[in-house]
Amino acid sequence: MSSRSFLAAALSAAVIALAAPAFADAPADAPTEFPPDPFPSTYHPLPSVPTLIRHVTIYTGTGAEIDDGDVLLKDGKVAGVGKDLKADAGVLVIDGTGKFVTPGIIDIHSHLGVYPSPGVDALSDGNELTNPNTAQVRAENSVWPQDPGFNTARAGGVTTLEILPGSGNLIGGRSVVLKNVPSVTTEGMKFPDAPYGLKMACGENPKRVYGSHGQFPSTLMGDVAGYRQAWADAQAYDAQWKSWEKTKSGPAPARDLRMETLAEVLNGRVRVQMHCYRANEMATMLDVAKEFHYHIAAFHHAIEAYKIPALLAASGTCAAMWADWWGFKMEGWDGIRENIPMVDAGGACAMIHSDDQNGIQRLNQETAKAWAAGNHAGLNISEARAVMWMTLNPAKALGIDSMTGSLESGKNGDVVLWSANPFSVYAKAEKVFVDGALVYDRADPKHQAESDFQVGMMGQSGGAL
Amino acid sequence: MNRNYIYIGMTLAALAAAPALADTVAITGGTVYTLGQAGKIEHGTVIIKDGKITAVGANLAVPQGARVVDATGKLVTPGIFDPNGAFGVDEVDQVAETQDGQLTSTRYSAAFDPTDGINPRSMLIPINRYEGVTRSVVGAGSGSSVIGGLGSIISLNGVEGYVLKDPAALFINLGEAGKKLAGGARGGTLLVLREAFQDAKDFGANRAAYDKAARRGYSLSRLDLEALQPALKGTVPVVAQVDRASDIEAALKLAAEFKLKLVVSGGAEAWMVADQLAKAQVPVILNPTRDLPEAFESLGATLDDAARLQKAGVLVAFETYDSHKSWNVKQMAGIAVSNGLPWLEAIKAITLNPARIYGMDKSVGTLEAGKDADVVVWSGDPLELTTFADAVFIRGQAVPMSSRQTELRDRYMPYVKPNPPALPPAYPAQ
Repeated sequence: MSSRSFLAAALSAAVIALAAPAFADAPADAPTEFPPDPFPSTYHPLPSVPTLIRHVTIYTGTGAEIDDGDVLLKDGKVAGVGKDLKADAGVLVIDGTGKFVTPGIIDIHSHLGVYPSPGVDALSDGNELTNPNTAQVRAENSVWPQDPGFNTARAGGVTTLEILPGSGNLIGGRSVVLKNVPSVTTEGMKFPDAPYGLKMACGENPKRVYGSHGQFPSTLMGDVAGYRQAWADAQAYDAQWKSWEKTKSGPAPARDLRMETLAEVLNGRVRVQMHCYRANEMATMLDVAKEFHYHIAAFHHAIEAYKIPALLAASGTCAAMWADWWGFKMEGWDGIRENIPMVDAGGACAMIHSDDQNGIQRLNQETAKAWAAGNHAGLNISEARAVMWMTLNPAKALGIDSMTGSLESGKNGDVVLWSANPFSVYAKAEKVFVDGALVYDRADPKHQAESDFQVGMMGQSGGAL
Repeated sequence: MNRNYIYIGMTLAALAAAPALADTVAITGGTVYTLGQAGKIEHGTVIIKDGKITAVGANLAVPQGARVVDATGKLVTPGIFDPNGAFGVDEVDQVAETQDGQLTSTRYSAAFDPTDGINPRSMLIPINRYEGVTRSVVGAGSGSSVIGGLGSIISLNGVEGYVLKDPAALFINLGEAGKKLAGGARGGTLLVLREAFQDAKDFGANRAAYDKAARRGYSLSRLDLEALQPALKGTVPVVAQVDRASDIEAALKLAAEFKLKLVVSGGAEAWMVADQLAKAQVPVILNPTRDLPEAFESLGATLDDAARLQKAGVLVAFETYDSHKSWNVKQMAGIAVSNGLPWLEAIKAITLNPARIYGMDKSVGTLEAGKDADVVVWSGDPLELTTFADAVFIRGQAVPMSSRQTELRDRYMPYVKPNPPALPPAYPAQ
């Protein structure tokens, strides 16, 4: 996690350099040592065999395209990408003539498991709407791994996804990054070494949820005051811990889980993923981030990101967007279909996201629509580059790009074999690999996972009926 | 079709009112999917005059003075017909001031017609029509009543004469939505409906007595009872929002009892009762991308729904339930194709079949002489994600290929490129 430690160190140093006098006695470099992850990953890759996919068009996820290429998966990793790769004895060879390969799709914005199907109240656990700041909660504690949506997303080529709390609070809680493999436990899906995210939300939702009850915040200025007070409190909390760590004299400060998560952001170990629609609000949040020395990994939804790509590029903040959603709420009124390509053309890190249990099943199609709209409007973006919007760019925003998101030797074997060009509405994910293991095969029901919830129901087959 | 007289009357009024319809247009050289007797015509020509298609065929002479649209290498189809839209009654979903599609007071039910509140200048209309959506049903949403109300069919051009048929249908709610509105049980929904239709029937046969207050009391107001008459006569369909197989069966029973022309909307589990639907000639309007058990009433949702229904002989049309981007029905139709529905059937499901369901297929839905000229020229396969409408004609009128969205795009595009303008985007382009 070199990129992450770098960020942590850089941010930490910045915090100290610019901090108020209260921080003067804090250690100069080390992030605060809070107790380790209480819900460690128990993920193990599914069994795999060395696999060579041959004669396919490859979109590498780095912006390159290889025609009539081969991809070799071995020991869970990408072992080779190129032309005429050699198949050793014992390697399973798949002829992909006429087909396409991309990295596994990464969805940075999903509520699968926390708002699962069926969408009944008893299973709706995505928004802890009891306080505008619930930084202490963790989406992973709400995830129901039996959500059938994980399986349909996998059939759409999604191999990694970030599950976020909802956007009803200013600070909604920790997100979790999952590998899209069937598991009885959430820990069994948890992406090893993926940083946590912190869900924050701009705009209409928090002020509506609380304002409608006559509570704080009820305006945008209330929203911003809420974030700033939370960060100020977190700075003080972190300073208290740093001060104690220096001497270790006396009892440790009392743990405050809400403050702990925020302090982890200030220490650079938790990445801020922020729901934000309007250009002016995104700009405001970048100011708040500067004031409190943290980094916003990505604005999510970012309906108006096309108005500020330079600002996003300058702050190294990505934008995760829909292809064409607009107008469902006032802050979404200025949505346009060229948002993603215009952010990309403007030099910022752009990506597709779903926020939807159906949309997640066809992020390749959503990417295709955005790509086509951009080129229709005169931009000149290649398909290979647009594939980055659903692979490498979300991996970057999640801080897992050293492990997945592109087809490069040594990276995790997260791969999709498409029946046709994935920019076609008729293309289907035929085979999906996670860490080199075949986790979905359209041609083989033995590789099509079914949720416990659907056992004994009619499911997709409907055979008995 | 015994309700054509209404339609023809409305259309003539529309033609009289709508401007710039006198142009003659010849769309030449395209692959024309007529969806009619002539089938597919390679290098075909479509002639449009005074809002109507006057001729379709290969090797047609271009009339003198006609505006020629070269469609060589392109596809030509009828316009997209949204069978369940909210154009003009929904601007911003979460801004209540812009919502006019459903009634949340209980004073009226069946008599509520959202058509009276349509704003033909809605921003949603240009955004969708330049994507090839040319016509839509605007029906009553569920609101606070099992019987939501009526709905009309509108043309997505013009600010006068755009209502082509009103009422076009009656909208009712069964299943989970209906039971919530009926006191908490599905049986309650059916009680409300039976009582309403029984009262309306009695009222229809005894108006004089009713006016003299010489008839028993009814469960509905006079206007509601009147509004149910066309449905009881079978002159407008009754569109039932319903997903679960058993709820569809309950709707079929109700329709048989009162001789209603039933249309299923939703239909997540319709494939399970496909044979019954085919036998009763009940069409299904559905979203072919639903494949999750999102509710206990849609446990059987499957991507095969459309293909299975079509194979069983059920007339199928597609809906997005999202008029902000109704154009995505093309993508949905493509998804239905990749799940077993023949391509031509998918094209029909977004053009001709809605016209058939609402009894408008004599005037629209195919490219044939005499039909209203709702015609789209596509850059390629309309179901593909990379295809765009190159030209759209609604009742013969070429619609502007721009919208508020394209204007916003053009306003900001120079700023994402090198050497952006010096002045802020709020100023007109330099």
